[in-house]
Amino acid sequence: MNYGKYERVTSLLSGILMTAAVYSVFFVLPVMKDDSGNALDTSFNIFYFHLPIAIISYIAFTVVFIANVQYLRTREISWDILARSSAEIGLIFAFLVLASGSVWAKHIWGWYWVWEPRLTTSLVLFLVYAVYLLLRNSIDAVESRARLSSVFGIVGFVSVPLSFFSIRLWRSAHPLMFGDSLYGQSGGGLEGTTLQTVLLINVAAFISLYIALLIYKLGNEYLLENIEELKNF
Amino acid sequence: MIKALHIAVKDFRIEAHAKELLNSMLLFSFLILVVFSIAFSELTSSSGNIAMLGAGVLWICFVFAGTLGFSRAFASETQNGAIQALKICPMSPISIYLGKVVFTISIMLIVEAITVILFSILFNYTILSPLFVIVVIGGTIGFASVGVLLSALVQNIKAKEIMLPVLLLPLLVPVLLPAVSATSAIFKGGDLGMITTYLRILFVYDIVFLAVASIVFEYVIED
Repeated sequence: MNYGKYERVTSLLSGILMTAAVYSVFFVLPVMKDDSGNALDTSFNIFYFHLPIAIISYIAFTVVFIANVQYLRTREISWDILARSSAEIGLIFAFLVLASGSVWAKHIWGWYWVWEPRLTTSLVLFLVYAVYLLLRNSIDAVESRARLSSVFGIVGFVSVPLSFFSIRLWRSAHPLMFGDSLYGQSGGGLEGTTLQTVLLINVAAFISLYIALLIYKLGNEYLLENIEELKNF
Repeated sequence: MIKALHIAVKDFRIEAHAKELLNSMLLFSFLILVVFSIAFSELTSSSGNIAMLGAGVLWICFVFAGTLGFSRAFASETQNGAIQALKICPMSPISIYLGKVVFTISIMLIVEAITVILFSILFNYTILSPLFVIVVIGGTIGFASVGVLLSALVQNIKAKEIMLPVLLLPLLVPVLLPAVSATSAIFKGGDLGMITTYLRILFVYDIVFLAVASIVFEYVIED
């Protein structure tokens, strides 16, 4: 399968959007002020990277889950290739969530890490998919590798909703941006058109980056499959 | 469901003859308790400290002993191709899975009961709470439902002894987190109201894991 054209288009698109996103975060965002008019800490700006990265990791793992289910239903190897490609990208983004969150936490809370539910479940999410890839590496036969890792991926995916909803179930130090939490206040939300636009540009940039990476990865994996076939020829 | 019980009874018969699973799990669990008493020797003198440590110590014992048990849960079936005979039997894969889960839960509950008694004696701390029993049963159901599935899954893998604990522990976190938190709350004197949220999460995950694992189990044993 040839992805050459899509590779160029999506990487160009994500390059442009990424530049716009970084530019908007550093130069367009107004200085945030609290109620009494004092300028707030600009460390909040990392949020415009942190949230889109987290969204991408959830999307990537959802793709893995769908591909796993579809593989077990159809037994087509292309679903397995999609699953492993998306899992690797998702793992990188899951790591970046932890990294960007830690940097931010160090600045705001004073520690890189606190053992509270939201952080713990994010870490577990990262570990589940790290183990998923480890499992893939430890099985040689193509068919049983695809089948068994699909089973593991499906069971592992139930930890994703836990990670997502934990913040609503436990009292948590992690702030909640959207929806209602248990501790009274509704999500902090973001007011002001500029802020929302900047966030939207960032989300769009990261989604296009994910798609670009996925297409590159899929191209590589298909090449790898072809090489294996030629070797066994 | 009756057929699932047949599988469980079969495993009990094997276990009654060999007793290798129960003995090794019990001894292992006991040894972990001893290791903890050495590791926390300076903290074990006051019952306040025990209340804080107890939940963690007990659940680590349960998890380690359980992991040891799971590594054997399907080993008896792979010997002499017994799994092939099991698949020929006129029963659905779900029955095989549920039978194994029932057997594993029973064995684990026996081990856990004895571990708790040993814990009470060694650390001079009595836990007599029906809530504690409910939490332990809930945790064990979730633990066994994932464990049996993965135990069957690793049978076709090269380094299965290494892979099982690595695969198992991250998946168990959704069960262990509420179970340990609830146990710890009970040890500190919490009542039902304080652990309702934990119990809800725990049993929701038990049901989710049991349902998902029964569905995908047939794909694990198919070759």
